[in-house]
Amino acid sequence: MNTMSRLAPPFDVAGVREKFPILSQTVRGKKLVFLDSAASAQKPVEVIEAMAETMRTQYANVHRGLHWMSERTTDAYEGVRDDVARLLNAPDRHEIVFTRNSTEAINLVAHSFGRGMMRAGDAVVISAMEHHSNLVPWQMLRDAHGTELRVAAITDAGELDFADLEAKLADRRVKLVAITHMSNVLGTYTPAERIAALAHAYGARVLFDGSQAAVHRRVDVQAIGADFYVFTGHKLYGPTGIGVLWARRALLEEMPPFLGGGEMIGTASFERCTWAEVPHKFEAGTPAIIEAIGLGAAIRFVDHIGYDAIARHEAALTDHALARLGQIPGLRVVGRAQDRGGVVSFTMDGAHAHDVATLLDRQGIAVRAGHHCAEPLMRRLGLDSTARASFGVYTTREEVDALADTLERIRTFFA
Amino acid sequence: MMFDDVRDLYQEVILDRGRRPRHGKRPAAYDSSARGDNPMCGDRCTVFVQRAADGTVRDIGFEARGCAISVASADLMAEAVSGLDGDQVRTLAEKFRTLARTGQGDDPDLETLRPLAGVHEYPSRVKCATLPWHALVAALDGQQEASSE
Repeated sequence: MNTMSRLAPPFDVAGVREKFPILSQTVRGKKLVFLDSAASAQKPVEVIEAMAETMRTQYANVHRGLHWMSERTTDAYEGVRDDVARLLNAPDRHEIVFTRNSTEAINLVAHSFGRGMMRAGDAVVISAMEHHSNLVPWQMLRDAHGTELRVAAITDAGELDFADLEAKLADRRVKLVAITHMSNVLGTYTPAERIAALAHAYGARVLFDGSQAAVHRRVDVQAIGADFYVFTGHKLYGPTGIGVLWARRALLEEMPPFLGGGEMIGTASFERCTWAEVPHKFEAGTPAIIEAIGLGAAIRFVDHIGYDAIARHEAALTDHALARLGQIPGLRVVGRAQDRGGVVSFTMDGAHAHDVATLLDRQGIAVRAGHHCAEPLMRRLGLDSTARASFGVYTTREEVDALADTLERIRTFFA
Repeated sequence: MMFDDVRDLYQEVILDRGRRPRHGKRPAAYDSSARGDNPMCGDRCTVFVQRAADGTVRDIGFEARGCAISVASADLMAEAVSGLDGDQVRTLAEKFRTLARTGQGDDPDLETLRPLAGVHEYPSRVKCATLPWHALVAALDGQQEASSE
């Protein structure tokens, strides 16, 4: 332990938990132990209230009405663009495009950048540890547009294989490197700056899927040197239905629109339309107004706790979990990256992940089991499924202990 | 005891069959087979059937990758359908689906399969129990693949 962490104030997890009404529920007569935040996180009262308050007092459509309600709502909605720009340290609020989620943001890039700015024969590189959301859009682009899809290998420890990535870039046909910033299965953080520098050295743009990473670490798109960064609101303690694409403004200016409709045009006639300025060019139709306002509240909630405190809290939980689970015979933690976060996947000899998850659930402990929307990664690891515990700001050391204690008993049950 | 409340599902016979299935292999000879996949969870069960000249199931085996429930279900299914003809298998499959979903079914034909009735209390696990049956019915229908629903 270094001096800094000893001097840091203790993390007030009890205070944080008070903000999450759902955590005081019981499940099957047991105290809820929610260890599935990587799938979707719970929501603090700030988010719940911001959304309810909008509907209760000032709701109207945005960018349209010349009336008080619409102006108030437009201000709140557009204010969230500033919140997101601050969150990502984006240089320009016009670079923040609201989408439905990370998946839609990646599809937007695959469609607009992929079809608009890539040619047949150009290539996209992803890694072997991508969520399906950062695989399928590139397969669809390949099939529709004649681009190539390459997959950079990972090491047995679950880290990106840089030698392989560089080999995949060598012929300079790669126009985009699209890689997760944190694996939803292995917990691995990828070294984003190094990936971006390598991609740029070979003339490729780089996209990071920050669905997991943005929840646990401060993201600085300028320090990373990213070209695209996506994340989703519901994993960041915000509502479902709202996600973000950040991209360099010059790229957004050059990219053709994704969806067409209201909101995204400059002028329209039956013959032709002109496009609205960015980011509105990419936001066709009435947006997820209430959800965006909820996302703004979530960002302010996270900011208030502070990423340094969150990262310290979750690192302590992860260390504790790895130590406790490591002592259970027959239990194998999948992935052992040097730089990893609070997502711990594991298998247990003699007990399938679904059976483990069902028994945990009966004790009120919620984990995920299955392939975690990363089937190719599972095959690479030689596994069909894993159980996965994932941590958030509200997770306690006692909950990790409850998990480990129960897993000990499950082992005996199936032995 | 911590897991008393799951004994309705994880009965000794289920744990035993899940661990050591009696029919968990490809028969030396078979005339039809089909694979059932549950894409949501990655469970997979391939069923192999050999039928006698009169159309009844003479030999049946399976290769499964999945949880205790799906493996035990496949194993008990293999015993329950032995000697039945195609229509009888389909009828039993329907009765079993109802048993798995509702826990209801006092039909004597279901005797072998009754240990799986507890799965109805676990809605997310019902498909684990029914997957082998989808594969079996697909095999009898001359298809290669079955989806779980």
